[in-house]
Amino acid sequence: MKPPTETDILPDSAEAAAMENPAVGIDQSAGNFSYNMEYAFDAGTGLSEDTIRYISSVKKEAPWILEFRLKALKKFFSMPMPTHWATKDLENIDFQKIRYYLSQGQKPKRTWDEVPDDIKKTFERLGIPEQERKFLAGVEAQFDSEAAYSNIKEIVSKQGVIFVNSTEGLREHPELFKKFFGKVIPTGDNKFSALNSAVFSGGSFIYVPPGVKVAQPLQAYVRINAENFGQFERTLIIADEGSEVVYMEGCTAPKFSTSTLHSAVVELVALKGAKIQYITVQNWANNVFNLVTKRGIAHEDAEIKWIDCNIGSRLTMKYPGVVLKGERARGEVISIALANDGQHQDTGAKMIHAANNTTSNIVAKSISVGQGRSTYRGVVHIPKHLKGCKNNTECDALLINTNSRTDTYPAISVRGDKNSTQHEASVSKVSEDMIFYMQQRGLTEGQAMSLAVNGFINDLARQFPMEYSVELKRLIDLEMEGSVG
Amino acid sequence: MSQLEIKNLHVSIGDKEIVKGLSLTIKGGEVHAIMGPNGTGKSTLSKAIAGHPDYTITSGEVLLDGVSILEKEADERARAGIFLAFQYPSEIPGVSIANFLRAALQARLADGEEIDASGYYKRLYAKMDLLKIDRKFTSRAVNDGFSGGEKKRCEILQMAMLEPKVALMDETDSGLDIDALRIVADGVNTMRGPNLGVLLITHYQRLLDYIVPDYVHVMYDGRIVKSGDKNLAHELEAKGYDWIKKELATAQA
Repeated sequence: MKPPTETDILPDSAEAAAMENPAVGIDQSAGNFSYNMEYAFDAGTGLSEDTIRYISSVKKEAPWILEFRLKALKKFFSMPMPTHWATKDLENIDFQKIRYYLSQGQKPKRTWDEVPDDIKKTFERLGIPEQERKFLAGVEAQFDSEAAYSNIKEIVSKQGVIFVNSTEGLREHPELFKKFFGKVIPTGDNKFSALNSAVFSGGSFIYVPPGVKVAQPLQAYVRINAENFGQFERTLIIADEGSEVVYMEGCTAPKFSTSTLHSAVVELVALKGAKIQYITVQNWANNVFNLVTKRGIAHEDAEIKWIDCNIGSRLTMKYPGVVLKGERARGEVISIALANDGQHQDTGAKMIHAANNTTSNIVAKSISVGQGRSTYRGVVHIPKHLKGCKNNTECDALLINTNSRTDTYPAISVRGDKNSTQHEASVSKVSEDMIFYMQQRGLTEGQAMSLAVNGFINDLARQFPMEYSVELKRLIDLEMEGSVG
Repeated sequence: MSQLEIKNLHVSIGDKEIVKGLSLTIKGGEVHAIMGPNGTGKSTLSKAIAGHPDYTITSGEVLLDGVSILEKEADERARAGIFLAFQYPSEIPGVSIANFLRAALQARLADGEEIDASGYYKRLYAKMDLLKIDRKFTSRAVNDGFSGGEKKRCEILQMAMLEPKVALMDETDSGLDIDALRIVADGVNTMRGPNLGVLLITHYQRLLDYIVPDYVHVMYDGRIVKSGDKNLAHELEAKGYDWIKKELATAQA
């Protein structure tokens, strides 16, 4: 293989800034670089049964997985694009121009020293090894289709915690995997879950044994390096009875002139009394279609909390959900979306109450800058036969400029009279008087905007781990810099 | 010692001229009061000097220590030493007073310089003690849900921390009860000194019982029509503004 050559898409000054600030990699400029790679495994361009057979064979999968994939592909081709409710921008995705599988191998390395240089450089630039040392219990770093690095601290693995990528999970823990795989999100849930089920690669498989509380977060970092690429990771997290785990994912991609597709499926299972917290900081370059299905099932007394922050991408469609299956289960979605020029953040939450005395909470805040557009879609369902269920939904939108746009589509169906729900929504605009007030104290217009936006999301940002909230603030400062004038 | 010179200033909002040739010099250590009936351009004057984008300065000069500030943006004027205590301060939800002031002070530092956090809090608490403000106050979001009195207290604290050369106080007394009025007056009196020039804009004499001005000016129809010392304020209180209007009419006839 040829030695890798580095191609940077950024001008020197921006690249220098990216190098200075590699911290958590949610600064979009920091992610805007790529390496010219030759991939050992390449499924080519376009989607057919052959693509599926190629992916399955290089992964040396069991026959039932290939069957699962082929069935999903049929499903995908048979389903229409959901443009009767979603944006027509989806029609701009050409599925035959996408590369579905690119990797250097199917087995991730356990130490950074073994990771190929160009891939290692990528993650070092994004600050991943440094974070791992500082505050993570385990890291999986996915580069295009497969994890290049995966490691879990010994103290955690000794407790019986499994943290591997989905390829390894299927190979080494097939019984556990099969039991829950595709059960939370069936293949035909939507067109993109079907696509993911056909071509999935990468993503995490996590199992936490009964009563084990993982003290530090587990982190996955997903990176797109190649152009015209589609990334389809598949994550399954099972928290057994009374266990607790926090999972964080970060993502970046370079900004190519052509669009990139990212379509993940994430399934969570919190068994009796377990707690799962899933934190996402999405900072894709703004040519990425980010169409993700995320859902969890919370059994008796279990708790699932999604903390979801969407800053990048061209179009994000993502509505994390919780099925509250057992009595007293709790579900929560905390969501921040920032849509800048040329971006559409179509996000929200789903809460399906399916047992008595279950509670759910949704707090969604969106910021639309310039011609950015943010949409909130929410579903809360409490059927008639249940009692003692509670939902709280708050969605607040902040508009920065007069041409910014926000839409809210809440759908709350509460049947019966033994349940309660409350819904609050607000739209506010950063007023000229507020900006003048802050400018009069010496802040520039851009600094004033940043402060107003940071204030708007302050109560939610505090729920992020320290490292992320600091970066979040810095990122908002960056996004606001160009938004005034 | 600083000084703010306003020379033959004309200010319009849209096509309408509001300030029609006003001149005034405020030196460090001086307190000037501008009084006058509603709609004579008092608030316009203060906002125009601070650089509000809705106000157009059509002619005249405003010099701070001999340098024109009219080409500067509002934030540059603020950093140069102009402070406007607002009649209706804006609310900034989610941003604590402590963080807001920190950002304002940070904005005054050179690029790459970081504010010293412990030094900052030390100074903040010292100022709060001086102004008899409870420590808990600065963890609240700026003006968010504040009573009229709390908003003024917040303005005074910001003024104390930012240490301007010139403070323009726009109807600081409007809507305040006597206790809140005392807070404002005590604050200003505490800060009074050679390093601070004050322009007090007020409708009523009442505030001037607590902050005794060195000069009193009467503004009418966009101009200063009469100047004097504190006794002029008492005279206005006794006779009302009609007396001035009559005097003007006679002079013009």
